[in-house]
Amino acid sequence: MSGYYFALAGCVALVVFLTYLLRRRRLREKYVVIWLVVAVSVCVLGAFPQLVLAVTRAVGMETPSNLLFATALLVLLGVCIQLSVEMTEVEEETRTLLEEVALLRYDVQKLSDETVRTTDEDA
Amino acid sequence: MTDDRRRTLLVILPAWNEEEALPGVLDELHATLPEADFLVVNDGSTDRTAVAARRGRTMVLDLPLNLGVGGAMRAGYKFAARKGYQAAVQVDADGQHDPADVRRVVGALESEGADVVIGARFAGEGTYTVRGPRRWAMKLLSASLSRLTRTRLTDTTSGFKASNRRAIELFAADYPAEYLGDTIESLVIASRAGLVVRQVGVTMRPRAGGTPSHNPAKAALFLGRAVLALLIALSRPTNPPIGETA
Repeated sequence: MSGYYFALAGCVALVVFLTYLLRRRRLREKYVVIWLVVAVSVCVLGAFPQLVLAVTRAVGMETPSNLLFATALLVLLGVCIQLSVEMTEVEEETRTLLEEVALLRYDVQKLSDETVRTTDEDA
Repeated sequence: MTDDRRRTLLVILPAWNEEEALPGVLDELHATLPEADFLVVNDGSTDRTAVAARRGRTMVLDLPLNLGVGGAMRAGYKFAARKGYQAAVQVDADGQHDPADVRRVVGALESEGADVVIGARFAGEGTYTVRGPRRWAMKLLSASLSRLTRTRLTDTTSGFKASNRRAIELFAADYPAEYLGDTIESLVIASRAGLVVRQVGVTMRPRAGGTPSHNPAKAALFLGRAVLALLIALSRPTNPPIGETA
């Protein structure tokens, strides 16, 4: 039975860690939601294992572990896709910013050249 | 400042580590096109490309990181759009494109009533040839894009391209940075936005530096990526062109 308490403690620790990251602004809310949902549901299922058995029977699966593995894979797949999408967005934003930096650099250079010329003429 | 003046032609040269070839290419372009302005987009080069580019009237856009040809070109089109250029032409910085052809390619914008003109190899001019999977890829791309743009295109991956004001504004807002996006997908974007695409035959000169690859595995990979790029570009939902507001 010690494995059972160990797993439960792990889930609670995960929830606490995620909340900590969120509070310290190390993790944005849009990324933390899915992890909190996962952590809380694992806690609930860990505390009441008979729930898993009920769900397994309801979806027509033989063993509860298969249900858990399948769900875990789907959740991880979803998270990966979400991260790829966000990554693409960030790359596009970086690109736009780089363009602006280059265009601004050009204008600054031009302005400073002109200022130098005007100052020289005044002197 | 002369920014409010209606400027005519901007020659855009995307350059990534081209410090050797660039000065010669620029000198030749300056001599051939005295009326044009020149913009080198230094695409995060690790050599002294930015220094080599500061020659004569050449303007330089310095990208702090490497974005690829598509990234460099969108920055160039943004520059052209904001400074009010009426036409822009993309020319390779490695000297493959003959400066003498630039005027013909740009001239075709007016004479053919086109918004985008491609300076194309394999159009009767020059002796540039390719074989194997790379050739099949180019044939396939030409056939599909010719159908889409309702004109005969023989060289859809050419980096020699002239754009008028309409095309500049479109490309300033939407120009893909992906592999082959700057050639294949940009043509799809242009034709979907209702722009007229035409081509003019040009001659290719040997590169001033570097060696072209003839590896069959690489060529096959190119075929795969080209087909993928085309299919994705074609399946993308169409957006109405957004005007540049700056």
